[in-house]
Amino acid sequence: MTKEERLKKRHRAEKRFRFYGLTSIFVALLFVVILVQNIFSKGSSAFKKTVITTEIFFDQELLEIQNGASQEEIMGADFYDIMIENLIKAYPAKDRDEEDELLKLFSGDAEIEIKKAFLNDNSLIGKTITLDLTASDDIDQLHKGNYPRDLPEERRRISDFQLVIYDYFVENKMISKNFNNYFFNNGDSRDPELAGIGGALVGSFYSILICLLLAFPVAVLASIYLEEFAPKNKITDFIEININNLAAVPSIVYGLLALQILLATIQLPRSTPLVAGITLALMTLPRIIIPCRASLKAVPPSIREGALAVGASKFQSVFHHVVPLALPGTLSGTIIGLAQALGETAPLILIGMVAFVVDIPSSPVDPSSSLPVQVYLWSESAERGFVEKTSATIMMLLSFLIVMNFIAVYLRQKFEKRWN
Amino acid sequence: MNIVLIFLITIFSVSLFFYGKSKTKTISIKDNIKLNALPKFYGYYLVLWCSIPALVFLLVWSLFEPVIIKSIIIETAANQGAILSDKNEANLIYEKIKAIHLGTYFGDIDSILRESAIAYAKFINLFTNSKVVLIFGIIIASVIYSLKKIKNNNKARDDVEVILKGLLFVSSLIAILTTLGIIFSLLFESIKFFSVINIFDYLFGTNWSPQRAFVRDASSITAAEFEELKDAFGFIPLIAGTSFIAFIAMLVAVPIGLFSGIYMAEYASIKVRRISKPIIEILAGIPTVVYGFFAALTVGPFFRQVGENLGLTVSSESALAAGLIMGIMIIPYVSSLSDDVINSVPQSLRDGSYAVGATKSETIKQVVIPAALPGIIGSVLLAISRAIGETMIVVMAAGLAANLTINPLESTTTITTQIVMILVGDQEFDSPKTQSAFALGLTLFIATLILNYIAQRAVKKYREKYD
Repeated sequence: MTKEERLKKRHRAEKRFRFYGLTSIFVALLFVVILVQNIFSKGSSAFKKTVITTEIFFDQELLEIQNGASQEEIMGADFYDIMIENLIKAYPAKDRDEEDELLKLFSGDAEIEIKKAFLNDNSLIGKTITLDLTASDDIDQLHKGNYPRDLPEERRRISDFQLVIYDYFVENKMISKNFNNYFFNNGDSRDPELAGIGGALVGSFYSILICLLLAFPVAVLASIYLEEFAPKNKITDFIEININNLAAVPSIVYGLLALQILLATIQLPRSTPLVAGITLALMTLPRIIIPCRASLKAVPPSIREGALAVGASKFQSVFHHVVPLALPGTLSGTIIGLAQALGETAPLILIGMVAFVVDIPSSPVDPSSSLPVQVYLWSESAERGFVEKTSATIMMLLSFLIVMNFIAVYLRQKFEKRWN
Repeated sequence: MNIVLIFLITIFSVSLFFYGKSKTKTISIKDNIKLNALPKFYGYYLVLWCSIPALVFLLVWSLFEPVIIKSIIIETAANQGAILSDKNEANLIYEKIKAIHLGTYFGDIDSILRESAIAYAKFINLFTNSKVVLIFGIIIASVIYSLKKIKNNNKARDDVEVILKGLLFVSSLIAILTTLGIIFSLLFESIKFFSVINIFDYLFGTNWSPQRAFVRDASSITAAEFEELKDAFGFIPLIAGTSFIAFIAMLVAVPIGLFSGIYMAEYASIKVRRISKPIIEILAGIPTVVYGFFAALTVGPFFRQVGENLGLTVSSESALAAGLIMGIMIIPYVSSLSDDVINSVPQSLRDGSYAVGATKSETIKQVVIPAALPGIIGSVLLAISRAIGETMIVVMAAGLAANLTINPLESTTTITTQIVMILVGDQEFDSPKTQSAFALGLTLFIATLILNYIAQRAVKKYREKYD
């Protein structure tokens, strides 16, 4: 091999090496794109729900209440017959079986929706109104195009006859898509068309709030101690090693800790945001202490010395001068720690947040779910409607995380002083 | 009750603050004494003395009150002639008594229950009353003590700072308490587990099927049941599955992460670096449940489809899918750490290499990487510890049955998956099955601890070398 050939070979190797590097970055970036695209394409349809526009006639004989009835009377009235009588008129069905199939196209909450319309305007007796009733999950998925209709009938959840009705609805423009208020307001449900993340949102909010209230003060105080006051001795070293190790302990171990100490020993209520918040606080604590200490360390000694020189005590120099300067870094570290806590699932599963909770929690000691746990729960469900709900929940979760991270970056860039 | 007490303590403290402040002011003006600290520090001093002892007492009391009352009540119930053969029965009776007290019990109430409920109400009353009396006693004592100190014109600022410094120290002790809590809670159940199952049967058994452990109470196991249990808790398939999936993950994460790290540190312009580094780090910020969802619903079925087309049988919960997605999750851990360690290799080493005519890639391969090797190994070890502790991806995408296999297309299970499977839903306490989850947790904790320790040592040693 001549000199030139050798040089060429080496240059080729150089190019190849560079190419490997670029490719790996590209692969990593590509994956971010694929993941986000996949979630968005599956989830964006969940923000709309399919409704069937139906005429509802409020027959007094069936309803047995008068115009201007009070709230309690309406709540006590039976709207079931009204619902049946009106819904079967949506399509000219021939017999009982066909009517049953027709009724299955509406959600299980049709009766409640009619009742709500009447509650809004209690002078509707004897009148006819048009109402957008939520469609069942199968029709919803079919209308959104998530459900293949060319499968053989026995492998489909929708019968051939129901497809005929659906086509009739489409032809008569009775079917349309509305904003899905149920997704944001409702708690969990076995019916995908009625299931929402309302309960999970509130549960996550309480958990994160408790986590913040517990972890932030303790983390700040602990890092101030370690960075400013701790003598260099064995105890301090031991605490430091401990914090570093805790930051790397798998999150599921915190779940076991919570199960044994918080639930079995102290007997706090299971499945509640209170326990979740405490667990997450223990887990987040070391993850906040580390950036807090870094931002305290970044404040130059001249600040402390200046304060001490004019007669401040050590405490005053730290709390009046060092801590305010380190605050932006501390806050952004805390927000990032909370963002991690918001996405944490495994420990919450162990403390029983996987329980099926329909009600929206009204306090931190009510059983509840949380956003990531809701993702886990729904992803285990077989119904097709839950796939889009899960993806939409992930979209909500990711947007919260993005907002939190942006706030953290903004705080850091806007308020943090560079010391050079 | 507790909330009322805390509220009262707060009100006392606030009013004492203003009292202390104005009092010292008037004294100093009237008697013309030079105070040893600013008046507000005397206020703070009173606040700390008024609130801390009372709050600490309240906390400790609230932690122990239920436990003590429970043991007293169970004892009185037993004295009344209740038959309490085991712990579960005692717990049940206690819950019943509590429910009667709260008026939410609708079963039959016999004389024993009634008597115990009356005793319960008596004790609750007694405890609450003594709590209130004691707390007020503590507040009065500490306030008198601190007022006396103030009168003597103590150095309030120094005293306040000593107390606050103590508070700071206590906050930093929470980390140690957490570690102790973890160790205690894992060991407590694990010891019970290992008192039934021989530790060698656990460590070297090749069969994991905890559903066989239907026994409710570990203390009353018959010989036949014991034989059945003996080889139901073999750890080998779990550690094999865990390492296998982690190995697949590292096959993905190490090359991609390392090459990205190298490219970012050595080749990329500042602009490329500024954009691509945060985007790659997004991968670390995405919750793992999202990866799990993606692996279970998209990647797993996709592999199965591809396998079918190629004529292979691929499980939809294959180790490959779980490992691949886990690898992608770990890329940023490897890339940013190796980026850091490569950046801290001194420029003089590179310059020396260029001076003797090496190309950039030759310099990287033969000078920079060998110099940065301990740090890189450290970052890989940290990534491995992430991989074996990762839960949601494997819970959602890997299998549940413990197969001993090295075929990446079959399903395997992991330690974390089993912990979740055992503990999800209702658990029977004191059953070896439940306890085995804690034994698994202990094993996991020790394994990650060792890996992290070695990794941190390696990175630290390496940093010191070039500092």
